[in-house]
Amino acid sequence: MTIFSVYIINKAGSLIYHYDAPNTTRPAVEKTFSYPLELVLKVFDEKVTVAFGERDGIKVGHAVLGINGIPAEGRFLKDKREILEVLSSEKNYPINVKFGRPPLSINERIMLASMLHSLFAIGSQLSPEPHSSGIRTMETDTFKLHCHQTMTGVKFVIITDPKQGHVDAILKKMYEAYADFALKNPFYSLDMPIRAELFDNSLQSVIEQADKYGISNI
Amino acid sequence: MSRQANRAGDPRKVNGELFTLTYGALVAQLIKDYENDEQVNKQLDKMGYNMGVRLIEDFLARANTGRCNDFRETADVIAKVAFKLYLGLTPVVSNWSTTGDEFSLLLESNPLTEFVELPPGHSNLNYSNLLCGALRGALEMVQMDVDVRFVQDILKGDNITEIRLKFIKRLEDAVPVGED
Repeated sequence: MTIFSVYIINKAGSLIYHYDAPNTTRPAVEKTFSYPLELVLKVFDEKVTVAFGERDGIKVGHAVLGINGIPAEGRFLKDKREILEVLSSEKNYPINVKFGRPPLSINERIMLASMLHSLFAIGSQLSPEPHSSGIRTMETDTFKLHCHQTMTGVKFVIITDPKQGHVDAILKKMYEAYADFALKNPFYSLDMPIRAELFDNSLQSVIEQADKYGISNI
Repeated sequence: MSRQANRAGDPRKVNGELFTLTYGALVAQLIKDYENDEQVNKQLDKMGYNMGVRLIEDFLARANTGRCNDFRETADVIAKVAFKLYLGLTPVVSNWSTTGDEFSLLLESNPLTEFVELPPGHSNLNYSNLLCGALRGALEMVQMDVDVRFVQDILKGDNITEIRLKFIKRLEDAVPVGED
């Protein structure tokens, strides 16, 4: 029973808040290779990713996160060398490469949020029944997405373990935290990203309590 | 606005007089800052509006009311739930227009004016005009364009305080998807 992340989307479809639970960082695998590399790599979306060949927990789709302890920045290492070049020259071997799912950048999150906003609308329009709501839940085998749209059009989206229960109560608590700590902050302007420590704290305590004690105590 | 009584155990509960006094200080200051009562009314309305657009979320998050499908339902929620929650009183809903798009909220007492006497020369001042702005702002966020104004005010010698609400239109393009 876990909440992985929280997104708040305003009525225009832009992301105004996101939070990732700290215990759900994506696992990284570090391994020392000798020449030649047994993985096929390619540049995708400005990242060096594994195109073919899975071994020792390194999966297709994982990106190079660092080489010999030097972190990667896009296709390059922090010291400006190009990753693919470093990996193709034999003199650099043996080499230690860190692979993992690349974290979502803030731009990707904004894009996903507005995509969900449109999907929500499409869901409602494609419905065979009249007066259908938009997408309330979306389930996969690793997570479940729950979306609650308030009457004013703000969407609260949480991504949880598929087994997480009492989601409605959690969403309601989050709405209350938003009403209290975002909207009552005189320096917060409506529809803008929420940057308020008090809101962060109250949201985290909702999540923690939901995780620890179940919902009955929050 | 202060949230009174009936929220037992809420640590944020404050004495209603604090709100009344703060509001009084605000109006007194505005009268000093602006030249005439009309401008003060306008400023109060604007402040109220800004409060209303935020307050509505607080209201929806706590009050558990669904969407209203006609103006009579809206009137009921405003009078029986919202006023009760934030001001601790229940105004009477009356004077419906025949078309059902206009009604009055009658307040026998107004917590905002508890200690107030209007000084002479302020006959145009709507002392509690903040309430109008708050109602307008809150209703706008739930996609209702409503005109709100004072028609009677105890402070001006009337027997009762009357706030008139007139439904103008539904803000169709602002209605969230999946709620029609």
